Amino acid sequence: MSLNEEVELLRRIPLFAKIEPSKLKLLAFTSQRLTYKPGDVLFRQGDPGDAAFVIIGGEADVTVDTPGGPLTVARLKQNDFVGEIAILCDVPRTATVAAATEVTTLRIEKDLFFRLITDFPQIAIEIMRVLAQRLERTTADLRALSAQIKD
Amino acid sequence: MEKNLYRFIVKHSLKQQVIIVLLSVLSFVPYYYYLSMPKAIVNQGIEGKDIEFPVDLFGLGWFRLDHTEYLMVLCIGFLGLVLVQQGFKYAINFFQGVAGERMLRRLRYDLYAQILRFPIPTFRRTSQGEIIPMVIAEVEPIGGFIGESFALPIFQGGMLLVIFTFLLIQNPLMALAAVALYPIQFYFVPRMQAKVRALGRERIKNQRRLSDRIGETVSGIVELHTHDASNRLLAEFTRRLGVSYRIRVEIFQRKFMIKFLNNFIQQLGPFFFYSIGGYLAIKGSLDVGTVVAAVNAHKEMAAPWKELLNHYQTREDVKQKYDQVISQFEPPGMRAPDDQHIEPETPVDLGGEIKLIGVALHDDQGQTVLDNLNLTLPWPARVAVIGSGGDDLLQLLARTNMPSRGKITINGKNIADLPETVTGRRLAYVSSASYIFNATLGENLFFGLRHRPLKPLQRDPQAQQRYEREYREALAAGNSPHDPDADWTDYAAAGAEDQKSILGAAIAALQAASFDEDVFQLGMRGTIDPNTNPELVEKVLSARRAFRDRLADDALADLVESWDPERYNNNATVAENLMFGTARNGIYHEDNLAHDPHILQVLDAVGLRKRFLEIGYDVASTMVELFADLPPDHEFFQQFSFISSDDLPDYKDLLMRAKPDALDHLSAQDKARLMSLPFKLVLARHRLGHFDEAERQAILKARKIFAETLPEDRRDAIAFFDPEHFTVSSSIVDNILFGRISYGQAQAQEKIGRVMADVVEQLKLREPIIAVGFQYEVGIGGARLSAAQRQKLAIARALMKRPDWLMLSEATAPMDPRSHAAVLHSIVEQCKDRGLVWLLQRPVDCEHFDLVLVIENGVVVQSGHYADLCERGGRFKELLAQA
Repeated sequence: MSLNEEVELLRRIPLFAKIEPSKLKLLAFTSQRLTYKPGDVLFRQGDPGDAAFVIIGGEADVTVDTPGGPLTVARLKQNDFVGEIAILCDVPRTATVAAATEVTTLRIEKDLFFRLITDFPQIAIEIMRVLAQRLERTTADLRALSAQIKD
Repeated sequence: MEKNLYRFIVKHSLKQQVIIVLLSVLSFVPYYYYLSMPKAIVNQGIEGKDIEFPVDLFGLGWFRLDHTEYLMVLCIGFLGLVLVQQGFKYAINFFQGVAGERMLRRLRYDLYAQILRFPIPTFRRTSQGEIIPMVIAEVEPIGGFIGESFALPIFQGGMLLVIFTFLLIQNPLMALAAVALYPIQFYFVPRMQAKVRALGRERIKNQRRLSDRIGETVSGIVELHTHDASNRLLAEFTRRLGVSYRIRVEIFQRKFMIKFLNNFIQQLGPFFFYSIGGYLAIKGSLDVGTVVAAVNAHKEMAAPWKELLNHYQTREDVKQKYDQVISQFEPPGMRAPDDQHIEPETPVDLGGEIKLIGVALHDDQGQTVLDNLNLTLPWPARVAVIGSGGDDLLQLLARTNMPSRGKITINGKNIADLPETVTGRRLAYVSSASYIFNATLGENLFFGLRHRPLKPLQRDPQAQQRYEREYREALAAGNSPHDPDADWTDYAAAGAEDQKSILGAAIAALQAASFDEDVFQLGMRGTIDPNTNPELVEKVLSARRAFRDRLADDALADLVESWDPERYNNNATVAENLMFGTARNGIYHEDNLAHDPHILQVLDAVGLRKRFLEIGYDVASTMVELFADLPPDHEFFQQFSFISSDDLPDYKDLLMRAKPDALDHLSAQDKARLMSLPFKLVLARHRLGHFDEAERQAILKARKIFAETLPEDRRDAIAFFDPEHFTVSSSIVDNILFGRISYGQAQAQEKIGRVMADVVEQLKLREPIIAVGFQYEVGIGGARLSAAQRQKLAIARALMKRPDWLMLSEATAPMDPRSHAAVLHSIVEQCKDRGLVWLLQRPVDCEHFDLVLVIENGVVVQSGHYADLCERGGRFKELLAQA
């Protein structure tokens, strides 16, 4: 895939939709496009976080270690954004992400990620939106769960 | 060393001096004839005075010569005399030079040998900057002087005497008048010279301080930068240079004044001759001829007289320098020379208990460091030492320092009496900042095994002859008789027999020091010469095949794109694809390709030259577009850009100048700049969309042409990739990999590393590759190793010689806690049946030792087993609690 095609691909991802093409080109040029085979681990729960990932193709599972063994909590699809919590909050990875099919990702290093957020408020807003959605979903789950417990 | 310069000269070069003096005296004979010849030519040969023709040359009636023939014979005779006389001069100069250089060589050798015997505390006061110029520069004039030390005064004095005698016979009064002023010169000039010499001494001292300063600057360069000290240093240096300048100016003043006076006195002679002689001539009591003769004679005498005076001055100068250097090189407490050279008749075993009897140590200022120690360390024992003054104790035990009072015996022998040939082999000491020499890692590792040549080097007859000549010359100058190229390694001391079996011992030592993995990695990055190590090359090639098979088996084949002569490698640069090899020197370096005639010719042959220019323009535009807004120090430049931040503005300008459809009109320099970019492209990584399938095919065609048209004189400039052959001057790891790691495959590095480690293990390549790591050049002071690695190397070096007692003085200090624990564990285990004294930082580390000593304020405050000390309470327990 050439750089220009990659830029086109990035433009279709909502997170980057509003960024001007030349910046997107720099992003594509300087971030690693990585292919994972099924079963390969993008990152492991507890590892230090050094990069965030955009899923360009394929699907990946998010699993969390629980006392009862690993629990799959979500499935990532094309255009999903993952791994930002560890670099935003400087905490270890909160979950393990492994490729379910062959997965292609754009790996964005911590420095580049912060640079993007400072340079492009649109990205920050987009990430905030994603995070808020997740929070909303978690809250809903929690509510459902506590209702179950009460019953 | 000889205290007196002349005694030094006579003792070591008497024979040469006699030869030179004899030659000088002999040369008077042709010189005399040479001087009288012109007179004979003018008077007899040309004017024909006092002679009758034909001349019977030898009085035998054979050679009868007429006037012209006689003149010719005289002239040829003159030419012959010139040859003879110059021949003498040549021989004298040559012998003088040789004698001087030999003595200089001896002097420098003696001084260096002296440094090797300095007591170690001396070096706390003496800096490199002071010692080095003394041995190198300051003794230089001494060599020049020694050659002529006897010959010159005898020759010039003789000359003066001859002329003076000649003059005396002609006219005694005038002769005496000609030398009348010499005593005055002889009296005054040296006195004035004395001040100049004193200034010279000051100048030398100042120069030593200057070089000392420069040396310090080099050693402390990091501190200097971190504290922004350059201005201060420059100011200080300026002051020193100012002192140098002032001294020099003062010397000039006096020196030229002396010259002025000298010349003035010299000219006083003619003044007296003309005035007094003239007056006497007018009065009629002296004829004019005598006055003229006296003036001429005085003139003749001027040259040798001047030489003599000069010699006298140089002599004083050199003598002083000699005294000064010699006195500097004899600090008190030096050991005898035999101490380092005499082999012990029977091997001395130091494997026994250590006894300290009333041992005390004072420092430079007389402060007590260790006070009246009475101790016995049993044998075998592993002793842990805790507390201040521990390092001083260890140095005493290793005999790198001497106690101020008291006696230390090891296995019943007083170590003060043992020569270094014993202590340096049976004892080992490793400090917390060991010195690593600028050589290969292996040479450093075997450093402690090389005490004397054991197996002579086999040379071919020619080289042997050359070596023997060198050897004789070394002996003539009193230098070392040992051959540095012989095999010095004492394999037996390491418990091995030869070069092969010592590898096992070396690896064991490396493992004990936790250094084997590091050396293995260095070996992987090192290379091998197929001519000297064909076996290993074969093994590496089989590892290459095994590696490839393993990747295929594990379905990892797409992690590496191998070098295939028939295929374009998308993960390699365009340059690598074109040349299909690695540059072995600068000729085919990536940056030089764009203006290399051979490369351009190859590009022309496949019609790609213009395309390269276009792609170069395109790449430059993209780079400028991408990186223009970034600050110049941004890391992306280093990581991603083809163009450094410094060059980016230039390319910006270039793009303004260039028109995409008229790139041909650019200057040659601009074209080269643009064309240099495509060579660096890695298609899979950069994905800029250049080099379509057809162009890649063209590159493959160019690859063939490049190899076919490679000029004869450039065969060594490139090492081609060949699946069946080792790529010369590429690293072992690259040779096993034989390709490029594919871009964009997750965790490729780790997966490949695992497979490679497996392959290396399976093929038993680890040991030979560690041996390759021995070839690694560690740099000045081991600078190419980390501080922890240097310590590991130093510990392994000490272990190699299997010392009876091993002293480690916080030797693991720069290591990380894990390495420290590993080294501690393995060495304590290894020294079970031997002696080990380890100064430790943390009391808790003492657990595995047989005996623990706690030293405080120079005395042992507590000793015993770790468990006992923990129970008993007291100082050790306190220390343990603090930590």
